[in-house]
Parts: sequence; structure tokens; C-alpha cells
Amino acid sequence: MTQSPGTDSSESLKKTPLHALHVELGGKMVPFAGYDMPVQYPAGILKEHQHTRARAGLFDVSHMGQVRLTGDDAAAALEALVPGDIKGLGERRMRYTLFLNETGGILDDLMVTNAGDHLFLVVNAARKEHDVAHLTERLKGRAEVELLDDLALMALQGPDAAGVLARFVPEAADMKFMSYLPATFDGVPVVLTRSGYTGEDGYEISCDKADAEAIARALLAQPEVEPIGLGARDSLRLEAGLCLYGHDIDETTTPVEAALEWALSKRRRAEGGFPGAEIVLAQLQSGAQRRRVGIRPDGRQPAREHTEIVDEAGNRLGEVTSGGFGPTANGPVAMGYVDIGRAAVDTPLTLMVRGKPLAAKVAAMPFVPQRYYRG
Amino acid sequence: MTTKYTKDHEWIRVEGDTATVGVSDYAQHQLGDVVFVELPDVGRTLEQGKEAAVVESVKAASEVFAPVSGEVIEVNHELEGEPAKVNSGAETDGWFFKIRLSNPAELDALMDEAAYKDYVEGLQ
Repeated sequence: MTQSPGTDSSESLKKTPLHALHVELGGKMVPFAGYDMPVQYPAGILKEHQHTRARAGLFDVSHMGQVRLTGDDAAAALEALVPGDIKGLGERRMRYTLFLNETGGILDDLMVTNAGDHLFLVVNAARKEHDVAHLTERLKGRAEVELLDDLALMALQGPDAAGVLARFVPEAADMKFMSYLPATFDGVPVVLTRSGYTGEDGYEISCDKADAEAIARALLAQPEVEPIGLGARDSLRLEAGLCLYGHDIDETTTPVEAALEWALSKRRRAEGGFPGAEIVLAQLQSGAQRRRVGIRPDGRQPAREHTEIVDEAGNRLGEVTSGGFGPTANGPVAMGYVDIGRAAVDTPLTLMVRGKPLAAKVAAMPFVPQRYYRG
Repeated sequence: MTTKYTKDHEWIRVEGDTATVGVSDYAQHQLGDVVFVELPDVGRTLEQGKEAAVVESVKAASEVFAPVSGEVIEVNHELEGEPAKVNSGAETDGWFFKIRLSNPAELDALMDEAAYKDYVEGLQ
């Protein structure tokens, strides 16, 4: 059987504040974005995925970049880099947005929160160095940029997450979806957001790195909570139809091609003033040449990243950018880009998997219903 | 009945001139949850060390190599509906295919159970 490549010496990889805990819990450690991270625990990816949707899963996402922007002009300054409405973002509200380049391509996707006296950003681990340099250069003189690398970040996701967190932070239960709250957890300061990357209700918890392990242990001691690795994090977000930077979106994909038009705020569409605005707004008007769609292979064989998508005659239509097995969807799920003429739901597609044609269809996303808190 | 193992973690259980092939318990543990198995067609000629089947876990696909050369005479259709049998019974009901050996001498190059056990211990 083919064997995985030998693991990097974990000495050359970075460690999050929860590294020792992952090892103690039997985490299978693999390199990810320069960090030694748990891809799964002994339960395995399937069980971890299902547990998150049934009860609550705790994820270490400390490898991601937490960034603080300060300055009276910070919101306006940030708008020069993203197509979202930041000036109008209410206090303690957050939104998903994109760093764009001059051709409308996506440099990263991120969450921005109005924390009152600063903007709080969470960016992808693999892009944090790039993003901090980008922000520092472009916001020079208008805002201070600080990478908060003495913090940890955890995600608690699933239908039981709210009940669990309320035992420690009673006000968490009333938080609206996509809101922010500074609080205390067992006497320790934390910052909560009600958001996540799984399609389930849940929270992200930012804390000082020295407090991370105690918080993680307190949550894991709750009967509903299990530790969840990056493998299940990926299958959960894929079922939720959420993009993974570097795979489903990158510098060659515009928000229109990526079916992320909803991230282009109304005022910004009218005013422009973001990188690549001309190209992006033209695509909004007349359509792009290709589109990111959900894909459901017929049968049970998964189709993975880089699988070629062709039509009945074998002509290339596009490529799968993320694919695998969806435990909740109970079958293979994927997303990829296809020619705009083939992007309608139920359009038949052919996927070339190991040289053999596999029948598939364009499918609506998410593959599994979203269950964000609407209370 | 003798069971032999390859360095790539396939097992082969020989009965006269036919044998049953699967992946070892160590292999299924490394793979994680199996979600799909691509089996060879009955009648296909396999060559020792070349690809015989593909096993897909949640995260990735892995090739299964033929431990010896021969003709595929039967495949385990149960794996189509229940690929998880590879995890729960890797060396029993999670078998992949049966083969008629074309060159039994090829078995000499494989490890017996004790040698494979040592080999796996050395990997950990």
C-alpha cells in the first residue's frame, strides 16, 4: 500500500499553545502551514466529524493569525484593501471579507470584527505573514497593525456548543450570530465570537496563550465535548460549502467566479475603491467565464482536488478544487470551477478520476443544512 | 494455511495455488476510516508489486499493490456497500480479492507473520 511521506522532524515545525495537550490526547500530528497539528485523534475523522454535528467539537485554531488594527481611520483604511463595508460595521459585529489584488484576485479570506477601539482580524495561518506585510505596507500612516502572536484561538462548534459555553460564560447564550463579546472564562479574560467554519452554531474563543490549556481542558471535561482534528475540520467546512484559501480561492479567482458576490457590500459596489474593482464590477454586470460550484459524484467514489472536469465529448470544463467524503452527506462531495454555461444545479459533469470517467452533477451548496444561531 | 506480508502492508493467505489478499491491520490503522475501495476486475492479470486496487480514506487515496503475480478470480463485493470492513476486519472479512498464483516462488520474498510484526515495530 502506498505510504504517507515521512513526517517532517517536528522540531522544525511551530507549535501552538495546545501542542502538548494534542499529543497527550493521542493526536496524530502532521505538518500544516508550518505548524505541528493534529489531523485526527484516536476517534478518527469520521467520528469526530459526526460528533461535531451531533454534540460539540473543540478545535485548536491557534495557528491562524489574529491581528489588531488601531487608529481613528482604521476602518476607512481597511476598505482600501477589501470589498466589504467596514465603516458601517456596527460595534461588536463581524463580517467575512476578502483581501483583493489589482486584478480582482483573492489574496486571502478573513473575518473582521469591530471591537470598539480597534478592528480585530482573523486570517488564514498560511497567509498570516503575507497579510501582516500587506496591511503594514498599505495602511502605513493610517493605522497600526499588530500580529497578536501571544494569543491562542479555539473553536467550539456544534448544537451543544452554546449550552456548554454558557456554563462558563452565561452571556454567551444570548450572543447573536456574527457578534463579538469580551468576557471571562473561569476568571480569565477571553474574547468570544459567535462564528465558525463548520456550518453549525458555535463560537471562537481567543485567549492569552498561557490560559489556553486550562480553558481547553475545562471544555473537554464537559460530557458533550470531544477534541476534533484538522481532518474533520476540512470535511465539515466542505459539507458547509465554505472555501479553503489556496484551494477553492486564490489569487487567480475573483469573488464573482468564486460565487462570493455576497461579500461585495452594496455601498462598495456603488462606490468602488477596492483593488480590482473595475474587473470585479464588470463581472458582476456581465457575468464571469467560470463559476465555483458544488459537485456530487454519482456513486461512492470520491473525486479529489485537481480532478479534471470534462463534458460528454471529453472537452475540459474545469477542475475540482476540494473533494472528499462527506460523513453527514453520506457520500462523496466536492467543489470546483466549471465553465459558466455548465454551472446550473443538476448539470451533468464527467470527472476524470485515475484516468476513468466518473459521472457527477452540479449540486447546490451547502451539502448539509446550515444551522447558524438565528435566535 | 500460511499468511505472508509485504513491506507495503498487504497480506496474502495461500491455499494451494490460490490465495486471498488484503491490507494489514497496521495499514487500516494508518489509513483511518475507509470510505471506498476500488477493486480489480475478475480476470485481470496482476503483476507482483504493481497496483492491484485503490483504497480511499476520508482524506486520501492509497494504492494497494499485488503481493504476487496471477489472475484475479474473485473480489469481495461486500466492500462496495461496507468499505468500513477494511477497518473492522482488515485481516478477516475485509479481504480485497482472491488470486490464482502464476509464480508461487514469488512468495519466498515476502515476510512471515513474525517477521512482519518485527518490521512494523521497527516503524513505530
